[in-house]
Amino acid sequence: MSNPQVIGGGRMSRMERSGDGRRDSGPKVSRAKTMRRLWRYMGVHRGLLVLSLILAVVGNALALLGPRLSGTAIDAIGLGQGEADFPVIIRMAGFMAMAYLVSAVIGYILSRVMLRLRRKVVTRMRRDVFNRMVSLPVGFFDRHQTGDLISVITYDIDTVNESLSSDVIQLLRSLVTVVVSLVMMLVIAPQLVLVFLVTVPASALYTRWATGRARPLFRERSAQLGALNGMMEQMMDGQRTTKAYAREEEVISNFDRANDAAVSAYARAEYAGTLVFSSVNFINNVSLALVSVFGGLLYLAGGVGLGDISAFVQYSRKFSGPINETASIVGELQSAFAAAERVFRLLDAEPEPQDALGANVLSGVRGDVRLENVTFSYLPQVPVIRGLSLTARPGDVVAIVGPTGAGKTTIINLLMRFYDIDSGRIMVDGKDIYALTRESLRGAFTMVLQDNWLFHGTVYDNIAYGRPGASRDEVEAAAKAAMIHNFIMRLPQGYDTPIGDKGHAVSKGQAQLLTIARAMLGNARMLILDEATSDVDTRTEQRIQKAMLALMRGRTSFVIAHRLSTIRNADHILVVRNGSVIEQGNHENLMKSNGFYASLYQAQFETT
Amino acid sequence: MKTIGRYVRPYTLIVAVTMLLKLAAAVLDLLIPSFLARIIDDAVPAGLRSGIFFWGGIMLACAVLSLFTNMYANRIAARTSSQMTRTLRHDLFSKLSYLSAAQLDQIGIPSAVSRLTTDTYNLNQLFNRVQRIGVRAPILLIGGVTITLIMDPALTLVLLATLPFIGLLVRFVTRRSVPLYTRQQGILDRLVRTVQENITGVRIIRALSRVPHERSRFEAVSQDLSGTEEKAGSIMALTNPAASFILNIGLVLVVVTGAYLVNAGRSTTGNIIAFLNYFTIILNAMLGITRVFVMYSKGKASALRVEEVLLMPEDLPVLQAEAPVSSPWHIQWEDVCFSYNKRQDNLSAVSFALRHGETLGVIGATGSGKSTLIALLLRLYEAGSGRILIDGQDIRTIPRKTLYGKIGVAFQNDFIMSDTLRENIRYFRDIPDEAIRQAVEDAQAGEILQDKEHGLLHRAAVRGQDLSGGQKQRLLIARALAGTPEILILDDASSALDYQTDARLRGALARNYPQATKIIIAQRVSAIMRADHILVMDEGRIESAGTHEELMKTSSIYREIADTQMSLLEGAAHV
Repeated sequence: MSNPQVIGGGRMSRMERSGDGRRDSGPKVSRAKTMRRLWRYMGVHRGLLVLSLILAVVGNALALLGPRLSGTAIDAIGLGQGEADFPVIIRMAGFMAMAYLVSAVIGYILSRVMLRLRRKVVTRMRRDVFNRMVSLPVGFFDRHQTGDLISVITYDIDTVNESLSSDVIQLLRSLVTVVVSLVMMLVIAPQLVLVFLVTVPASALYTRWATGRARPLFRERSAQLGALNGMMEQMMDGQRTTKAYAREEEVISNFDRANDAAVSAYARAEYAGTLVFSSVNFINNVSLALVSVFGGLLYLAGGVGLGDISAFVQYSRKFSGPINETASIVGELQSAFAAAERVFRLLDAEPEPQDALGANVLSGVRGDVRLENVTFSYLPQVPVIRGLSLTARPGDVVAIVGPTGAGKTTIINLLMRFYDIDSGRIMVDGKDIYALTRESLRGAFTMVLQDNWLFHGTVYDNIAYGRPGASRDEVEAAAKAAMIHNFIMRLPQGYDTPIGDKGHAVSKGQAQLLTIARAMLGNARMLILDEATSDVDTRTEQRIQKAMLALMRGRTSFVIAHRLSTIRNADHILVVRNGSVIEQGNHENLMKSNGFYASLYQAQFETT
Repeated sequence: MKTIGRYVRPYTLIVAVTMLLKLAAAVLDLLIPSFLARIIDDAVPAGLRSGIFFWGGIMLACAVLSLFTNMYANRIAARTSSQMTRTLRHDLFSKLSYLSAAQLDQIGIPSAVSRLTTDTYNLNQLFNRVQRIGVRAPILLIGGVTITLIMDPALTLVLLATLPFIGLLVRFVTRRSVPLYTRQQGILDRLVRTVQENITGVRIIRALSRVPHERSRFEAVSQDLSGTEEKAGSIMALTNPAASFILNIGLVLVVVTGAYLVNAGRSTTGNIIAFLNYFTIILNAMLGITRVFVMYSKGKASALRVEEVLLMPEDLPVLQAEAPVSSPWHIQWEDVCFSYNKRQDNLSAVSFALRHGETLGVIGATGSGKSTLIALLLRLYEAGSGRILIDGQDIRTIPRKTLYGKIGVAFQNDFIMSDTLRENIRYFRDIPDEAIRQAVEDAQAGEILQDKEHGLLHRAAVRGQDLSGGQKQRLLIARALAGTPEILILDDASSALDYQTDARLRGALARNYPQATKIIIAQRVSAIMRADHILVMDEGRIESAGTHEELMKTSSIYREIADTQMSLLEGAAHV
């Protein structure tokens, strides 16, 4: 099983459609660009960065002071019995303890500063990603796995920041150590430093080469994990179905395939990362050997003293330690970069196009809706709506009927601007909806959709979602109108009972009544009912009929229903088939003309 | 952690090999400086160039050996940790797949997802790093301590005296941070849920212009998460500076003690210098070990969450089969009661019986227990009391594969994968294409295929978003039919179909699936009025049962439903 589109996987899906979402940019993103963008997140907190830099320098310098102080103390011990100069030794020991204490305290403060920085950056990055997510066209979510998106907002952002906070500071520390050690070595024996002219560039070149090789592996790893996450999320959703068909084994073996791919991509990347580390360690060992040999030869030639070689070696070890660390960090940075690319790719996903320049706010809505010759297709060359025209006067009830799959829901998608039309015009109150702000357009509609969306929260929260700030009484009134009040009162905590995921289980029918109650709270001038009562039984439907009529009163309503009983009283009935209106009129006219509508209508009473 | 430990155990041998390799590499790394001493102590004073080259060559050889052992060991480490993760994730996924509906409700799908993802990643990292650092560091530590012990036992003891303090530190840090990491993962679940809700509810949220509200909701969870992360991190951050401080104080004590020893003629200055060198190695090793502990506490929080799932008892076990009783009934319910919350009954005293090939219609108000009936028949939940029998056998004694192999079910709003239509119908079963085509035909889904360029190979969008409600339902019915089930269950599975299609569907079912015992839940009388038996459900009870004609006489509820729907028929006749 494969996923439709994986963020950052560089795979294109057949579902691609221009006009919404646009194509994801290709997989090749220059690292410099990623760096720059990451820097933009860090750079804002320049103050904290400078502070941490200072702390890192001071803390490390103090730590490097240790050996010198201990050296002085050892000198004071002298070479033989009874030569020790205890006052100096004690004083030096005191200094050492002080230096270490201060260095530890500074180290801790530094970590706290970096944590604070990380917190700020993570929060902002998550906010940016979420904000982008909520401004993406609806079609984007029809094409991307939820799990993959979640993977970006959790795993990828985390990986980026883990590395930014710990690795960056580690690099800073290393830099200080390297510079100080280098200076010391230059002071001690400049000739020997020549060895590093060979080994350091060798390390650098090698690291560069190896990371270049590792990068695609890390990218692959992130993409595979995203795909696996998408699959796991999807199959958890389908757990009940899998159970009902006893297909657990097959699903699991399918899962195993994705798991294997992800795991081996993970291992390959991980290994490539450690390769850098072991190789740099090797180069350091080689440089030590070279220093020893040349040092020895130099000594024989009378160039340096023995003590110099010993000190030089010590500093060279201090010098190579951080280089070692840096090399291992480079591996982590690779995975951070791959994750950052995925984050940025989501951030770069085309949002819903900006409202047209000078777009008007739709206000004082009357509810006059006109579609003129509208054409639309989800996939290029596969039109779903062809030359559709429709007129609804304020307060009209427009019913859209037709066989399943005729494009009824698509009309709703277009009215709400969830998708944008290919050609034609849609007008509300005589204004082209593309010249209106999306928010005001959508705000002018109240809708009840087929999939009853409830979120994790109390019953009250879920209903009041329709109109923020609705009073308890209003919510209860809506619930009563929707015939769900009694059910709610039977729940353990009444209106305060949590529902949704992990909350109290609610049946489909009850969920639908709750969403109807939610809609009843809304006060928009136009109403969309897309199979709004399909999950409700007929008796309950009868009982809420009055409320539904009240809901429609004075509102321009678009009703999609299969039960033609619901729509018999509509002012205007559009019969849609294969994306175009084939008949329209009111119930009587349509029945008289004895066309497709009449046959649909009769069919509902056929009982085979 | 015991359960997680079991995942490491199979790799004991290979981990031991890695350890040996790491040991070799560490020893080589430790040896290289000692050859330097040879150059300085032996070759140089003697003025032997050949000696310098000899030892230099040995150093190079050691470096090469160390490189290869390290590389090889790292490769094994990456591989074994991946294997462990794979097995762990496999087991977790399997366990989750087999959890009963009640158990999965208890965990919640978002939490299940984040346990499968972030928690297993945390553990993978732990496995990997422990092998890489966790082995090298203790070896360097033990090696360093051994060498210093040989050099100067007294000074080493001074150094070792600091170790208990480090132990206390690590204990403090892990104790405080594990609960925080657990909490952090919990908040992460909430974050995942918020994102998920925003994706599934995108249309409603946009329509209600609640995006700003959702933003602030997300922001609150995100802030909470960041705050907890910072708190946990702050405790963790204590480890490094505090540990190095403690060790460095040990070093200071070594210098002072050393001074007394040298002064008393019981040690030499050279010894102390060498000691200080090895001390650096010990310090780094110790820091490495504390870092492993830090990872351990983060991993532990994840391990506990994974374990919670793995250790869930097997719910609804298959009971020992009784001696088969021949029964005239295909499906038989005896006085079945059930409650989701174990307080208020959702089904009470439900009894009915069906022969092979019969059709049962179930009708009733929203929340009257119709879907619960199906959930019990499928053994998604277990009846509280009473028995459900298939061919005289209690369903609790029927092996899952056998039970579900008999049944084809289409739920009301069921699951569509982002895969081909064919795969969605096949649903991982071994069903030939002709059977799929026949099922598509019978489910009246043929026209869906006509619309789609690739027919059965058309790839459905995520959650079937490119299909209408009616198309999805027909796909689900095709899925149920494709396995030629003995028992066919349609749980309000055709509510989104127009009447014409629905009528054709019923015709096809009667014609082509006469052997199948059918249970049809519906809201339309027309969908069930021809059924052999009809149950009218009300508040979890069977209000009345019988055929359409009987019920029209005996059941006021049924009559009311039928009348409202039939009056329309008359209305139509008047036109």
